[in-house]
This record gives sequence, C-alpha cells and structure tokens, in this order.
Amino acid sequence: MKKNIKLIRTPLDDKIVSDLKAGDIVHISGTIYTARDMAHKRLIECIKKGEEIPFDLEGSVIYYVGPSPNKPGKVIGSAGPTTSYRMDDMTIPLLERGLKGMIGKGYRKDEVIKGIKDNNCVYFAATGGAGAIISSCIKESEVILYEDLGAEAVRKLTVENFPLVVVIDSKGNNLYDIERKKYERK
Amino acid sequence: MRKINTRDVLEAVKKMSISSNINLCEDVMNSFKENKEKEESDIGRHILDTLIENAEIAKENIMPICQDTGMAVVFLEVGQEVLFEGQSITDAINEGVRQGYKEGYLRKSVVDDPLLRNNTKDNTPAIIYYDIVKGDRVKITFAPKGFGSENMSRIKMLKPSDGVKGVEDFVIETVSNAGANPCPPIVVGVGIGGTMDKAAYMSKKALLREIGNHNDLDHIKDMEERLLKKINDLGIGPQGLGGRTTALSVNIETFATHIAGLPVAVNINCHASRHEEIIL
Repeated sequence: MKKNIKLIRTPLDDKIVSDLKAGDIVHISGTIYTARDMAHKRLIECIKKGEEIPFDLEGSVIYYVGPSPNKPGKVIGSAGPTTSYRMDDMTIPLLERGLKGMIGKGYRKDEVIKGIKDNNCVYFAATGGAGAIISSCIKESEVILYEDLGAEAVRKLTVENFPLVVVIDSKGNNLYDIERKKYERK
Repeated sequence: MRKINTRDVLEAVKKMSISSNINLCEDVMNSFKENKEKEESDIGRHILDTLIENAEIAKENIMPICQDTGMAVVFLEVGQEVLFEGQSITDAINEGVRQGYKEGYLRKSVVDDPLLRNNTKDNTPAIIYYDIVKGDRVKITFAPKGFGSENMSRIKMLKPSDGVKGVEDFVIETVSNAGANPCPPIVVGVGIGGTMDKAAYMSKKALLREIGNHNDLDHIKDMEERLLKKINDLGIGPQGLGGRTTALSVNIETFATHIAGLPVAVNINCHASRHEEIIL
C-alpha cells in the first residue's frame, strides 16, 4: 500500500488521539496491556466495588488478545486479536477512567462508538488471525494480573511497530461502514 | 477383522493437533493468491498479503497461524471390520488432544462447564463424531475450530414453502450480520435438510471440503456458486475493511428431511481454515 504509516507511542495523549483518522495505518510502540472477556469482567467488578483498577489506565491502550503459550526462549506465542464486541458491555467504564485506545477486530456497538467520541478515544483493528506476524512485534511480556486465567490473564506487553488500522476515530467515523459501502453491489 | 491399537489413534490425533494449527491448508493459501489478483480494494489486497506472509512465518517459525488454536473437532470414519484394542477410543482421542496441545504450545481454550467456566487447561474434551462405514480402515479428520467464526454461525427452521429463496436469504443475512467479526475471507458451510442437529452437523462437515470442489448435485453446485457471488457482492472484504474477497467458498451439504420442515444451518470458518486427515 502507498499509504503513509503513522508512528505513535504509548501512553496516548489527547492530541495524538485527535490526529488519528479512520483509515490511517499506524505502527504503535511502547507499553500496552492485554485484557479479554474474564479479565474485563474482573476489572468491572473492581470498579463496582469502588476499588482502584490495578494498573495505570491513564493514556493506556488495551489489546484484546489471548495469546498461545510461548515456547522456551520466546517472549510470547501466536498473538492476534480476538473479536471485540464481547467486551462492548464492559468498555465504557474503562474509557471514563482514562483508557485511550483499544486494539481488537470486528464491530463495536453504537454505545461504544458514542463512548469513543465522548472520551476522545480510538479503536484500532489488528489483522485477525495474523498471530504469527504480530508475535514478532512483541518484545517483552509479563503477566501482571489474574494469572489464574491462563490465556486470559492481564499482561503488560512492550511492542515495537505493531501494525494497526484506525477503524473508529475520535469523531466516530467508522471505517467498516465507510469501506463496505464503497464495494457493495446491490 | 483388522486390529488397530488405540495408541495409533492417540498418536495420529496428537500429530494432527500440532501440524494443523501451524500449516495452513494449501487450497486456502492458493485461494488467497488467486483472490488477491481479483481484489479491487487496496486495503483488501494489503490484508491478503498479510495473511499470506503470516502463514509463511507460522510455518517457518513452527508457530500457530492464529492464537485461537480452537476447540478440537474430530471426525472419525470407522470401518465396520475394525477391532479396536487398548484404551477406549474416546479416551485415546482426548489424550491425543491433551498431549498435542501441551507439546505444541497451543492455546488451551476449553472450559469445563459453559456457565461456571473453569479452564480445563488441556483443551479437552474434544468434540467427536463417529461414523461407521464399510471396510477395515479408520479415517481421522482433525479440525480445530476457532470461536471468532463459530460465534457468528446460526441455525433456522424454515417452512417448506420458503424454498430456495428462503435458504439463500438466510445464508446471506447470516454472513452479512457477521461482517468483519469472523475474520473474513471466510469459508461458509451450509447444511440443508435432516433434523435441526443433522443440519448443524452437515454445516460443520461441509467446512472440510477442499476449496474449489463443488457438491455433486447440479442444483446444489449452482446454489454454491450463486451464494458465493452474492456474498462477495456484500462488499465486506478481507477483515471487513471493504473489498470483493469476503468468502473463499460456499460449501453445501444436504440430506432428506420431513414433509413439514426445512432446517438450515450456517457454520462460518475464518480464513485460518484448518483441517487435516490421516487414514489408519
């Protein structure tokens, strides 16, 4: 593709997020956190009980992934995104507490899109199933929470040039809708 | 009678659980390449390139293509002249899955109870289908099924009067609603007829058919071609980011049914369409 690649670093601030547009190709570097179904459930339970979220959400990016186990000497196994809609009902409280970016694949609910606009956030898609390529961008991995959840534990990842596409930007533009309409034949 | 030790079944399942998750089927790889030539969308072509490269890296690094190494689905065709010796055949299959998922560093994605949800930590139990056939051989097909696509699958009991149009509308609606979620380009398995459960079984079995091979019945082959065209006209494209390559293939299986019914099941597979077979 001839498109320019935007290089960004975590943590994300409001300016970085505002500058990203649906359709941008982005390489992200820095620290990101993993969390999927059960980890989200536990984070939401924390919030309901009035407890602090056990890692720093401000400017953070959460990657919806449940990696396969690492071989000896390797940082991580195959690590492509999981389908994001399963986290939809548990997303807004995290956006309200400083989460700035989400990485996954597939559609989001209208309420989540509204949450993304209201809180100046961004939703990125990684290539679903491309777990082997993505794995090579992950330089460090450490389980920091909920080890008992296995593949679903919360990990702190250090990534370099992790390739993403901006799917929903902070204005609420949705690349899935825009591109599908272009190629639809009735 | 031909004697087969279930130890051989265990070893076959173990071997296939690892290799099927690492090596993308050749027909799928070829289909990516063919579709890339026809793809009109820039992003679509870029995604197809990524998928081709991903499959190559997985093979080279002996790493799963996708982190979701699936729930193990095993189809067995057992010749009626075979006598199994050793442990129970079901136990042997599950032991093969247990050892394969451990030794292959594959993700353990199975929970023991659908509501209590504790991980069994060894990816068992497998979903196993037994079929008794003529002869003295055993064919084992191993098909790990990821749930990004499984979750987008549906079944509907249509009325006989809904006919061909009803079936096609349901398939298109299912794929259209699934959109980006099941990791397109997808393979669409359709089961028509039988009972509710038989239709679902056929839709899963249809996913095993090689891309490019059609149903033997002419009217079903026509339907497969028509549906593939309609699906690719939806514009969903690779990863749902727009384009022509939404499905690689539509595979339909049919069976006799009751005068009062027309069951239809649609089982969707992601682009990492994995399966392997061994004949003992």
